[in-house]
Amino acid sequence: ARYRKIDEDFFEELEEILIGADVGFDTVMELIDELKMEVKRQNTNDPSAIREIITEKFVDIYSDGQEVQSDLNIQENELTVILFVGVNGVGKTTTIGKLAHKFKADGKKVMLAAGDTFRAGAIDQLEVWGERTGVDVIKQAEGSDPAAVMYDAVRAAKSRGADILLCDTAGRLQNKVNLMNELQKVKRVIEREIPGAPHEVLLVVDATTGQNALVQAKTFKEATDVSGIVLTKLDGTAKGGIVLAIRKELGVPVKFVGLGEKMDDLQPFHAEKYAYGLFAEAFEEKEEKKEEEAGD
Amino acid sequence: MAFEGLAERLQGTMQKIRGKGKVSESDVKEMMREVRLALLEADVNFKVVKEFVKKVSERSVGQEVMKSLTPGQQVIKVVKEELTELMGGEESRIGTSKRPPTVIMMVGLQGAGKTTTTGKLANLLRKKYNRKPLLVAADVYRPAAIKQLETLGKQLDMPVFSLGDQVSPVEIAKQAIQKAKDDHLDYVLIDTAGRLHIDETLMDELKQIKELSSPEEIFLVVDSMTGQDAVNVAESFNEQLGITGVVLTKLDGDTRGGAALSIRAVTGKPIKFVGMGEKLDALELFHPERMASRILGM
Ligand SMILES: Nc1nc2c(ncn2[C@@H]2O[C@H](COP(=O)(O)OP(=O)(O)OP(=O)(O)O)[C@@H](O)[C@H]2O)c(=O)[nH]1
Ligand SMILES: Nc1nc2c(ncn2[C@@H]2O[C@H](COP(=O)(O)OP(=O)(O)OP(=O)(O)O)[C@@H](O)[C@H]2O)c(=O)[nH]1
Ligand SMILES: [K+]
Ligand SMILES: [Mg+2]
Ligand SMILES: [Mg+2]
Repeated sequence: ARYRKIDEDFFEELEEILIGADVGFDTVMELIDELKMEVKRQNTNDPSAIREIITEKFVDIYSDGQEVQSDLNIQENELTVILFVGVNGVGKTTTIGKLAHKFKADGKKVMLAAGDTFRAGAIDQLEVWGERTGVDVIKQAEGSDPAAVMYDAVRAAKSRGADILLCDTAGRLQNKVNLMNELQKVKRVIEREIPGAPHEVLLVVDATTGQNALVQAKTFKEATDVSGIVLTKLDGTAKGGIVLAIRKELGVPVKFVGLGEKMDDLQPFHAEKYAYGLFAEAFEEKEEKKEEEAGD
Repeated sequence: MAFEGLAERLQGTMQKIRGKGKVSESDVKEMMREVRLALLEADVNFKVVKEFVKKVSERSVGQEVMKSLTPGQQVIKVVKEELTELMGGEESRIGTSKRPPTVIMMVGLQGAGKTTTTGKLANLLRKKYNRKPLLVAADVYRPAAIKQLETLGKQLDMPVFSLGDQVSPVEIAKQAIQKAKDDHLDYVLIDTAGRLHIDETLMDELKQIKELSSPEEIFLVVDSMTGQDAVNVAESFNEQLGITGVVLTKLDGDTRGGAALSIRAVTGKPIKFVGMGEKLDALELFHPERMASRILGM
């Protein structure tokens, strides 16, 4: 193995890498403190060992001693309703398209509810996804009451014997009280029609988001009892490290990651794989640098 | 979970100093630690923070803070001044080409707010400057992107140019400019598809549009909730396209918006407008001082 000193500089650099990944200062400090202790305990300065340890520490903090379920809560032989919420432009509608495709491939009967009646072209956008995936969309005119759309959609899904109903909602910033109330109303309508529904409330978070994602998660959780996160746009250069703080402080796990704009660009979340990727660049960059220096 | 502002952050340090009645260099160091944390929590990029704190620290170790009776307030004042200066300077003006029509390109990552901002800018151009804009639907990739712009055009009662989604954006831009000339419209606002700065093919497409349309402005539209990645995005778009300004969207939220500082620091390009809502009149001029207070949580 390539030799490299594990000194204060190393930890400082690691701190910057983690902050640069939007992990957030407090969480970074916690991670680094634990790493330092473990490195001391194992008395190692092999970088590949360090990489294993830090991945482990990340997963430790993420899972907090529990088995974290990233599977969706799917009802057997009954309608499963999944509600999508989040701030503007994060990827809610696209994720619904991707999930519709996934469920369809699993042989499920899927329907979509066009609950964004506000944004220009939002209904058409969902309809394109409906066509692409061969799935029916329940909609009303632009500007109509989203709760009424949801009521219709749940009824239609039940009467047509659908397995899965994916409900789109308009993007909204969490500090808009009336819009958050509207969202609660949408959720209540679903609850009233089907006890126990919605079976999942997925908060979509854009990986480029910084510390505000934690505030988003907190407020949306209070309003709609969010059960999981979809972390989108991980195909860019942003890392979405704030999900660690969201998990730690609010207990909400990540269920999927979005890796592009196409139908297939959705994958289940694996904490270990994610953590490994988070540090990959850092460690590889260093190794490359070493090689260059060695070559000089 | 509510992030502390700089004033709260400095309180502990201040208490200690008050006991001694004199500010030492190590006190300043401690205060700078708090400045650093406040900026990081506001999502200012860590490299930008480093440079910034160095600058503020140099000023603080000198007369201003150490000789002051209220060193905490003095630090805040220095930080605010430096922040404002860094982000300020240019006026939020929209350029006009000597040979009409004036072309403006809207570019940025997916979901940043380009299409909405295109509508808002068109609205502003007509209302405030009495101009006649043509909206151009050059996003042929995102489902219903054209429909979205057409709907905004209808709301504004303004013409929207589209050739459907089977024609290349470069060709669309070319024909749109001709159309504007024919119809005596003086601004051409090109709504482009969201794209990653690392997507070479799509970045090339923007370069081609730039090449043929000689835009007066290329506005990079950035979501104000963006975290540390803002520097990568802004730097890359700027290097590849030479942006002329930035529009910071969704500032009606409760984000601190440290991305504003990051972007300005790495590109040197002015933030011209801020988006303050989803409606088509929710576009405001950028105020550096207000932004500085916001980043500092005051
Ligand atoms: N690169 C990339 N782009 C994505 C991903 N997910 C969504 N997008 C793009 O992000 C933009 C916004 O996606 P939407 O699905 O419309 O987001 P939304 O949350 O429904 O937006 P609003 O309804 O306006 O609040 C679109 O251009 C999508 O193609 C992803 O995982 N990677
Ligand atoms: N609250 C708020 N929402 C905004 C603002 N600007 C845009 N939005 C919303 O953000 C979402 C994305 O806006 P778009 O204009 O579709 O973004 P875009 O950059 O064109 O997206 P793509 O074409 O998919 O890349 C929509 O829900 C808009 O209504 C703003 O200033 N404030
Ligand atoms: K975004
Ligand atoms: Mg949507
Ligand atoms: Mg758009």
